[in-house]
Amino acid sequence: MTLDPTATLGGRLPATLRDQFPYLAQELNGHPLAYLDSAATAQRPTAVLDAERAYLERSNAAVHRGASTLVGTSTGAFEEARATVAAFVGAGDREIVWTENATDAINLVALGMADASAGLGGSEADVFALRPGDEIVVTEAEHHANLIPWQRLAAKTGATLRWIPVGDDGTWGIDDAASVIGDRTRVVAFAHVSNVTGFAAPVADVAEIAHRHGALVVLDACQSVPHRPIDFGALGVDFAAFSAHKMLGPTGIGVLYGREQLLDALPPARTGGSTITTVTMERAEFLPSPHRFEAGTQPVSQAVALGEAVRFLDGLGMGGVHAHEAELAELLVDEVARIPGIRLVGPPPGAPRAALASVDVPGVHAHDVGQFLDAQGIAVRVGHHCAQPLHRRLGLRATTRASAYVYTTADEIRRYGAALAEVRGFFGAGA
Amino acid sequence: MSDLSGLYQELILDHSRRRVGDGELADPHASHHELNPTCGDEITLAIRLDESGSTIERIGWTGDGCSISMASASALTELATGAEVEQVRRLVDAFRTMMRSKGAGEADEELLGDAVAFHGVSKYVMRVKCAMLAWVALEACVASATARDA
Ligand SMILES: Cc1ncc(COP(=O)(O)O)c(C=O)c1O
Repeated sequence: MTLDPTATLGGRLPATLRDQFPYLAQELNGHPLAYLDSAATAQRPTAVLDAERAYLERSNAAVHRGASTLVGTSTGAFEEARATVAAFVGAGDREIVWTENATDAINLVALGMADASAGLGGSEADVFALRPGDEIVVTEAEHHANLIPWQRLAAKTGATLRWIPVGDDGTWGIDDAASVIGDRTRVVAFAHVSNVTGFAAPVADVAEIAHRHGALVVLDACQSVPHRPIDFGALGVDFAAFSAHKMLGPTGIGVLYGREQLLDALPPARTGGSTITTVTMERAEFLPSPHRFEAGTQPVSQAVALGEAVRFLDGLGMGGVHAHEAELAELLVDEVARIPGIRLVGPPPGAPRAALASVDVPGVHAHDVGQFLDAQGIAVRVGHHCAQPLHRRLGLRATTRASAYVYTTADEIRRYGAALAEVRGFFGAGA
Repeated sequence: MSDLSGLYQELILDHSRRRVGDGELADPHASHHELNPTCGDEITLAIRLDESGSTIERIGWTGDGCSISMASASALTELATGAEVEQVRRLVDAFRTMMRSKGAGEADEELLGDAVAFHGVSKYVMRVKCAMLAWVALEACVASATARDA
């Protein structure tokens, strides 16, 4: 198994990249590991691991609490990470809120809106208050993280949840969105890139329609921020969520982006220490964003490590990352499409897609497909990928997903294709 | 592929294709639906007892899942049909013990018959629930059918 450095990186990125990811040097079941599950969680380069350790060895202290030299150092590192992440996504420092993960970030918006609907944010929060008759719009392709919080918000406020339908391939278009978004719509929440189909939504166009109807736009950017250049301001979204662990960073930290005026008005769903200006026995006044949302002790070393992950990606250049992945996406689709009888979910061959592919192997359950690949050292994700309604719509219960990232090689994708071609024979599911 | 043969023994692959007991059972004495939320595998298993209420006369199930879960339902049907309720309880216990063994020890072949083929599955922690699915449903059916009789 030789690694072709130009295939690894599309000739654009450093040829030594793989050496910087110790995890990838492992074997799995006696074969060199082909890690094709980065859409679930990405592996971390040594620089990111070292940055977290270096912070803990030299700079660790409480942040924003107390006045010592040590607190100055830790707080500086914490806020510098925020500025790094902000610049990475075209945001201002006050537009980046640390959360536990992307799921938590979406919940923070939905829960804040529930609070606003209950009258908790005062008149500034009116823009977030929902009433019966108002509508929340999502798509049929959402990850449960961007569906269930909105179901709950609808149930709490009497608003109606509606969804943009998807076609037989799991994708949707601007006309589908335009037919659902209307004057009653108050929020439109959707994924930039689907974690199942790899389809990229026409974000700016949807945002334009939503804003014309006075609705807020919430973007699930989990599968886009790690993989392509992003400027939330230019996209025109009001809120966005992403997770550090899918972008070479640590678990335990995610990001909520929001436009500054909106974040300053959104009621903080979680309250407590570090979020306030004045507290009496009866009530509390909250700080502006981001600190109004960051209740309690924060994931500080994780924030520092995320900052380092962003520097690492910036070093590669997100344009180059995107180009590399576009090449891998094409190869992945070619590999799958040449196997007879396999159903590829998502955009058809030739259409743009993220570097991930979910497939159904007729007659063989996804678990068995995954196990077969696992035995050959190929790690993929099987199941419904937290998108049950989408799978139901596609007439499937589970699929097998292969996903690539900066360190994925063409050779790994070819190994996947070769192994996938043998699955039906092994399980006696016909040629 | 030799590494996979411990998991996918010929007997298991064979059962996953034959699916003994696949089909809805008319007039069941008990029926139970079991779902594995992590993978979406599911089964609805039903039993009919004989007139004395002490023997399982028929088992029928409908389900959707991986080869391990479907083969396990099939092997269970073959093994438990015609067995006394007390014997079925012992079977379920023995099967569960085997599935918790992480591949260690010897399975009770005298009691479990063909179902010992699933011993190899117990090494794959992520697949144990697949193998258990039908057995958990059977256990629930037996409990509810016998509770009603009592
Ligand atoms: C599209 C999408 N949305 C949301 C999530 C949830 O991310 P997390 O579990 O890190 O909160 C994921 C990842 O699992 C995802 O792929």
